[in-house]
Amino acid sequence: MTDAQTTQIVVTSLIKQFGRFAALRGVDAEFSGGKFYVILGDNGAGKTTLLRAMAGLAHPTRGTISILGKTPQEACRELGYMAHPSLLYDEMSGMENLRYFARLYGITGDDRCAQAIRSVRLDPDLTRPVGQYSQGMRQRMSLARAVLHDPQILLLDEPFSNVDVNSAREMVALLKHMRDAGKTVFVVTHQASLLEGVADEFIWMQAGQIVNRTPQLVSPSAEAQ
Amino acid sequence: MSSLRSITLATLTKDIRLEWRSRDAINSMLFFSLLVVVIFSFSFDPNAEESREIAGGLIWVAFLFAAIVALNQTWARELRNQVLDAYRVSPAPANALFIAKALGNFILVSLLEALMAPLFMIFYNLRALGPAWQLIPVAILGTWALVVNGTFFAAMSLRTRSREIMLPLLLFPISIPAVQSMVEATRIILSGDGSARFWIVLLLTYDVVFTTACLGLFETILQAE
Amino acid sequence: MKSGFRILAAVTALLLVQGFYEAMWVAPTERTMGEVQRIFYYHVPSAWTAFLLFFVNLVASIIYLVRKNPKADAVALVSAEVGVVFCTVVLVTGPIWARPVWGIWWTWDIRLTTTLVLWLIYVSYLVLRRFSDSAQTPKLAAVLAIFGALDVPLVYFSIWFFRTQHPQPVIGGGGSIDPRMLHVLLINWLAFSCFAFLVCWARYGVEILQREVDEIEALESLRGVAR
Repeated sequence: MTDAQTTQIVVTSLIKQFGRFAALRGVDAEFSGGKFYVILGDNGAGKTTLLRAMAGLAHPTRGTISILGKTPQEACRELGYMAHPSLLYDEMSGMENLRYFARLYGITGDDRCAQAIRSVRLDPDLTRPVGQYSQGMRQRMSLARAVLHDPQILLLDEPFSNVDVNSAREMVALLKHMRDAGKTVFVVTHQASLLEGVADEFIWMQAGQIVNRTPQLVSPSAEAQ
Repeated sequence: MSSLRSITLATLTKDIRLEWRSRDAINSMLFFSLLVVVIFSFSFDPNAEESREIAGGLIWVAFLFAAIVALNQTWARELRNQVLDAYRVSPAPANALFIAKALGNFILVSLLEALMAPLFMIFYNLRALGPAWQLIPVAILGTWALVVNGTFFAAMSLRTRSREIMLPLLLFPISIPAVQSMVEATRIILSGDGSARFWIVLLLTYDVVFTTACLGLFETILQAE
Repeated sequence: MKSGFRILAAVTALLLVQGFYEAMWVAPTERTMGEVQRIFYYHVPSAWTAFLLFFVNLVASIIYLVRKNPKADAVALVSAEVGVVFCTVVLVTGPIWARPVWGIWWTWDIRLTTTLVLWLIYVSYLVLRRFSDSAQTPKLAAVLAIFGALDVPLVYFSIWFFRTQHPQPVIGGGGSIDPRMLHVLLINWLAFSCFAFLVCWARYGVEILQREVDEIEALESLRGVAR
């Protein structure tokens, strides 16, 4: 589809400072729709901060982010966000959690919630509270919450960490399916090997800047050689 | 603003459901309130005449302590697993969250007051010499005064160190005119000495002013990182 | 800026000396209270200066919320700090005055009590700024300043009515004031205001420098790590 290839996200001279520490030191980038991006780098490189800035959770000290021509907060309906904490209530079941978050997006009725839960291969009728799930199940349920409102753009921060191989594979399969359907996917991860062959582009960050963008999973130092 | 109302209602019912499921929090708060009444009774043990003069002050100071305990856990569940991020990223209006939390706190603190007030009456042999029905608007307006600002400052405290001490530190100075009004009104009604009308009107003014301020500024607070 | 600062410092020093001289020797001795009343020339101008500074803080806070101008935030911080100092002076001189004259340390005098509540609010403002690490601290502080400003009229009214029910001594006396005393009062107020402005100016300079240093350090901090 011609839509999917147009520039969806534009980051301009993005600087993010936390007191004396600059997490992002001038990031300039453009991202097209319908692609699968993986963001890599050492701890402290600024990956999480960049993702949070795109989600509208971190306000730029300087610079701008434009998502579909709007600010991240204005574009919130088109964004699905997931992080290492589950963003779910431990004391409620998966379905109860999703029912509540669906309300925040103006979605009534259980169908879409059940559908989202099934899409991550979990059982909508499970009454066990989320706090008792395994890490893999919890991350999958968190992903269900992120995709519940059918967003155009997915922002996932370390979705696979501490997750069992099966759950990770299920999640990758779903994300691939979504990219194929025209969604834009961003994944920050240390486990890039999971996404080899699935991702369209690997983005390398270091010291608060993007240092390289490659279609293949090759580290910048290897390239320099 | 039907979405505001439906999200507020959904959030309030979710909170009540969660509170009901883990009743330990309420139980310990109820017990704490009982302890406060008992300790006050040991510390201030006057005969009936004097007790009416200071009962207004005693009751409301006791309510204030109990309210702080309740207010400090306002956002506890949202902090765990960073659920607040999920709310911020959604299109749901910030005020819906605020009103739901404030109402939830109002119900909780009223519950504590409903336990403490009869105990005070028993320990102090209290009987209203003035129009006792006026105690109801005083209780409602006074409780709302504490709860509306308390919920707001609890959210502010989320971004600070020493969160639990920060809340009373911010709340007490601002609450001084409200506390004075509650105490004076109660003293007047109990001793039948004059009209509490001025204080009730001042309480109402306080409530209107600060409810407006909270609704106007909560979004700013919520979106602060 | 340096020369302007020095000139103002000299003028302030002169005004303070003149004000002190007039307060101690020129102003007539008060009939009923005697020499102790002279503390009035420190108590009242300090209060006026404190209120002025808190007003500046409110305006700067609103400007910051609307325009997001970091300089406005620096002004807010500075005026709050200096305001609290002057407020403390008011709260200390009040009881010092009250004790020999009325035999009590404290009274729910309307001005004194309002000053106390303002002091509490602004100390909590400074504590909030100290305890909050986030980049949005200026925003939180500005919101608190607005809440404080909304509170003050309510405090004033509640004390005013309380006093009609429970009559209390009035510190500072009501009614008309001898024009010679008024003159001394105004000189001291001018001196204190200049002094406050001087201190704010210096503090503002330090604060702006500190922020610039932080910013440069932040951007440079990872230089050694990059390729």
